[in-house]
Amino acid sequence: MARYDRAITVFSPDGHLFQVEYALEAVRKGNAAVGVRGTDTIVLGVEKKSTAKLQDSRSVRKIVNLDQHIALACAGLKADARVLINRARIECQSHRLTVEDPVTVEYITRYIAGLQQKYTQSGGVRPFGLSTLIIGFDPYTGAPSLYQTDPSGTFSAWKANATGRNSNSIREFLEKNYKETSGQETVKLAIRALLEVVESGGKNIEIAVMTRGDGLRQLEEAEIDAIVAEIEAEKAAAEAAKKAPPKET
Amino acid sequence: MEVLLGITTSTSTIVVASKAAMRGATILKTSDDKTIILNPHTLMAFSGEAGDTLNFSEYIAANTALYSMRNDAHLSPSATASFIREELARSLRSRKPYNVNLLLGGVDPISKEPGLWWLDYLASSARVPYAAHGYAQYYCLSILDKHHHPSISEDRGLEILRMCTDELQRRLPIDFKGMTVKIVGQEGIREIPWDMSRPIMAA
Repeated sequence: MARYDRAITVFSPDGHLFQVEYALEAVRKGNAAVGVRGTDTIVLGVEKKSTAKLQDSRSVRKIVNLDQHIALACAGLKADARVLINRARIECQSHRLTVEDPVTVEYITRYIAGLQQKYTQSGGVRPFGLSTLIIGFDPYTGAPSLYQTDPSGTFSAWKANATGRNSNSIREFLEKNYKETSGQETVKLAIRALLEVVESGGKNIEIAVMTRGDGLRQLEEAEIDAIVAEIEAEKAAAEAAKKAPPKET
Repeated sequence: MEVLLGITTSTSTIVVASKAAMRGATILKTSDDKTIILNPHTLMAFSGEAGDTLNFSEYIAANTALYSMRNDAHLSPSATASFIREELARSLRSRKPYNVNLLLGGVDPISKEPGLWWLDYLASSARVPYAAHGYAQYYCLSILDKHHHPSISEDRGLEILRMCTDELQRRLPIDFKGMTVKIVGQEGIREIPWDMSRPIMAA
């Protein structure tokens, strides 16, 4: 059998680019990331591998700013992410310099997706093993948006989406429970979605909240714990209500 | 006849620039802002060749913003001054050098110490207690020599600045249409109004 996965630019006879598909596999093995778009708040959340005892947990960040009004979270190879983030940050500033305006979320998503596509069609390179969630408010209209890109270089807009490990079950949860929310409710929905696949709760979650005008804010561990406790209390209450015999009328 | 002035006080740095945009002897605009904010504690004032000044300043601003984004920390004023000097030195040795003179004022975010750097198109960079560019040097440095001291309060700094602007009004043959006065203090950068409507009699 001929090896169709040697050079990434070569199709297999049945129309596959194997290296791109392997990159998608790397994403599926990566940590889960979730994004939820509210009316005045957009939330990004990622699953965090518990840091070693002696490690400085602040040095491992999976949600980053690209510009004052744009943030990105990703699933997949973290080393590749650094390169991609760096290129995107340069483009954000370069765009400001040339046209005196900040980038729109769509523009920077298109740029990142374009970059990822290039690495599926050039010689001597391998694709980025990354799927990204990009959030931000439009600098002109103030409209919130959430985009996703993947290793093949496609991108799409979402109300709420997940990528990485177990992303299908998170997406199913979001499809069932998504409502147009705002403020703290949006944060809660994102955490509830992540808790679908993260077992031990608050300690293994990283959450960043972007509000219109205020930019990105990473939630402290204590804040996340408080919300997780709130969600668990609600769950327990719902459970109890279900178990309790219907009241006589 | 652009005027740039900088005065450090014990807590802050005052950065001043004239408001007139000129081409030859003609004033094109009376509300020109010759300053640019690089980060929450660093401010740069620029003068020189019309296109070069803005082009170069925006390039510096974009790069300091990129640094802040990449490192989750702002560049200190002294590091910024070194970076600008490097860029000017590179430009000086290129086919078409930038003709830009700068004053960089800032407050160090860690030591809280105010600082002022004087830079010119030949890529000199000097940390100074007070500084001026252009004709202002002839009229203001003597006043600052006499009255400035590193331990002065911000209010005293503004008093000395008043002496300088009065002298400029008295001596400069062309009206520079008032001053933009910005203060880089411990809590960030703010602009204050600067009234120059009072008639100044020639000596």
